[in-house]
Amino acid sequence: MTSPTNTTVRPRRGDRIFRGVSIGAGVVILSVLVLVAAFLVFKALPALDPSAQIDSTPDGFLSFVGPLVFGTLFSATLALIFATPLSIGIGLFISHYAPRRIASALGYVIDLLAAIPSVVYGLWGIQVFAPFIQPVYQWMSDNWGFIPIFAGPVSGTGRTILTVGVVLAIMILPIMSALAREVFLQTPRLHEEAALALGATRWEMIQMAVLPFARSGLLSAAMLGLGRALGETMAVAMVLSPAAAVTFNLLTSENPSTIASTIALDFPEASGLDVNALIAAGLVLFAITMVVNSFARAIVTRQRTKMGEN
Amino acid sequence: MTTVRGRNTTLTRGTVIALFVSGMAISYFVAAISRGDGEFVPLGIFALGMVVFGLLVVPASWFVEGRRKAINRTMTGLVFSAFGFALIPLVSLVWTVVTLGLARFDAQFFGSSMRNVVGAGGGALHAVIGTLEITLMAALISIPIGLLTSVYLVEYGRGRFSNWVTTMVDVMTGIPSIVAGLFAFAMFSLFFGPGVRMGIAGAVALSVLMIPVVVRSSEEMLRLVPNELREASLALGVPKWLTILRVVIPTAIGGLVTGIMIAIARVIGETAPLLIAVGFTQSMNYNPFGERMMTLPVFVYNSYSSQGTDAQAYIDRAWAGALTLIVIVMVLNLGARIVSRVFRPVGNH
Repeated sequence: MTSPTNTTVRPRRGDRIFRGVSIGAGVVILSVLVLVAAFLVFKALPALDPSAQIDSTPDGFLSFVGPLVFGTLFSATLALIFATPLSIGIGLFISHYAPRRIASALGYVIDLLAAIPSVVYGLWGIQVFAPFIQPVYQWMSDNWGFIPIFAGPVSGTGRTILTVGVVLAIMILPIMSALAREVFLQTPRLHEEAALALGATRWEMIQMAVLPFARSGLLSAAMLGLGRALGETMAVAMVLSPAAAVTFNLLTSENPSTIASTIALDFPEASGLDVNALIAAGLVLFAITMVVNSFARAIVTRQRTKMGEN
Repeated sequence: MTTVRGRNTTLTRGTVIALFVSGMAISYFVAAISRGDGEFVPLGIFALGMVVFGLLVVPASWFVEGRRKAINRTMTGLVFSAFGFALIPLVSLVWTVVTLGLARFDAQFFGSSMRNVVGAGGGALHAVIGTLEITLMAALISIPIGLLTSVYLVEYGRGRFSNWVTTMVDVMTGIPSIVAGLFAFAMFSLFFGPGVRMGIAGAVALSVLMIPVVVRSSEEMLRLVPNELREASLALGVPKWLTILRVVIPTAIGGLVTGIMIAIARVIGETAPLLIAVGFTQSMNYNPFGERMMTLPVFVYNSYSSQGTDAQAYIDRAWAGALTLIVIVMVLNLGARIVSRVFRPVGNH
């Protein structure tokens, strides 16, 4: 038997091996990320060459990816506009309004909904939602057509960027409301009770105690939702009828497409430099989501230091 | 001027119920009068009734109870309706998938592939096999890497390197699934030429998405193991690696298995990376190291996007595939919940 001091100085062989293996796993993760970036850059470079002849993008890579970046940001922003208030409402409902007993069951149902595959949302969006909403679009255009974003002519299929925004919102709703609920549940109980004891109504208590505490958590939930919506592929690819146009019109059949859906639609038939152009577009998407996600993480870290690690 | 502050004036429950009933009644009459072309929709009448109820109860509350309580009632109504409103598309989604999916949810669907099938008939057996093989391989790659990384982070991780690993896991969590597919394609095309499509490439792509989920959940579970257990074991002279294998991991095993099952449920429905890296085919392919394979999510997408003659047969198969996917995901999630309940540490530990 070795004495305890000995073990700390010279670890046993089993310890050394196990430690080495688990560090190795960490190294694998680091190298996977480096590899992802390296392979994508390597495969993207030929398309970035200005003299390259790319069939699908005769005017160079920037004019190909520019409208797609616009479409990606536009559809994700629409989704966020719809999903943020609803997810805050759902989070508050589960954390502060619903009876205790059904609240946890509801939370569980929402977790289940977050696991539904995106291709199912896409199928639902095009088969059920788009035909259902098309008459509403017609009505909106007829009555509010003087507002530029609602200008006609209305798409006959309902497969517009607005539909995509709504479907994306429905998709990110479960994850965003789950995060919002978590944040609301962490409100210090004493703050809530103090507010109620001073005679505040339930909403005033939420205004004074819950929302200020949750602000940064909600912001990072919104950022994570945005990250999901930016990278979402199949629902957009199935629902949207794309035209690679840069327009803010919500209801016409001329819609801006997104990076992810363009890759999914074009990749199976692409060959030669087109493949490289699509991979380069994927790299741009990767960069955008990384910026959004690191922004979300920065908010969380700042919050932690402010709260003193809880 | 009537000041109600300080006086205990509230709307009685009877008043609120009366207002609710009259809201519903007004809604019903409006619907009955304006009933031109459409059918009666009970849900629509209920929704309109709730709006009318809100329009009645808020002024009443303002008048009787004052501004603050009226605002409180308004916000309560808004929170409840946000929840109800969000429920509509989700209920509609589940309902359509179940009703439309059942049309082809039969033995033939799970007993045959799409080889030489035009129009009706055929099935998704090739897709089910492809999904099982690719997901299994992705799990075989991700679980050891993910588990060991979380062991490193919890048991050994100190200093700059562990911070790096944590950050990189965060970054990996945010990789869009299609980018993971492009990565796998780019990597395999370097070795096998530009047109490469094979099952293992899809498994690599799914692993990129699955590893961070496994690391996250296992890390959380390992941190829940009380330090006293580790200290007791080390004090008895058990080496650290045996302490981890025999004490820490068995204590957390329920949570670890739950996390892994949820991670599998996450990636089993991924479509985009498999479309890029594995492609699609109508025939059975058991070999994940050569040629294209079909997977369930891609089957759903493909059935919808390239409808042949007798389009309805293709759409029916798409819905049946969607139903199968949802059933798989639900079973995995429920299983995870059962596992975490069975392995929950019981008192006196």
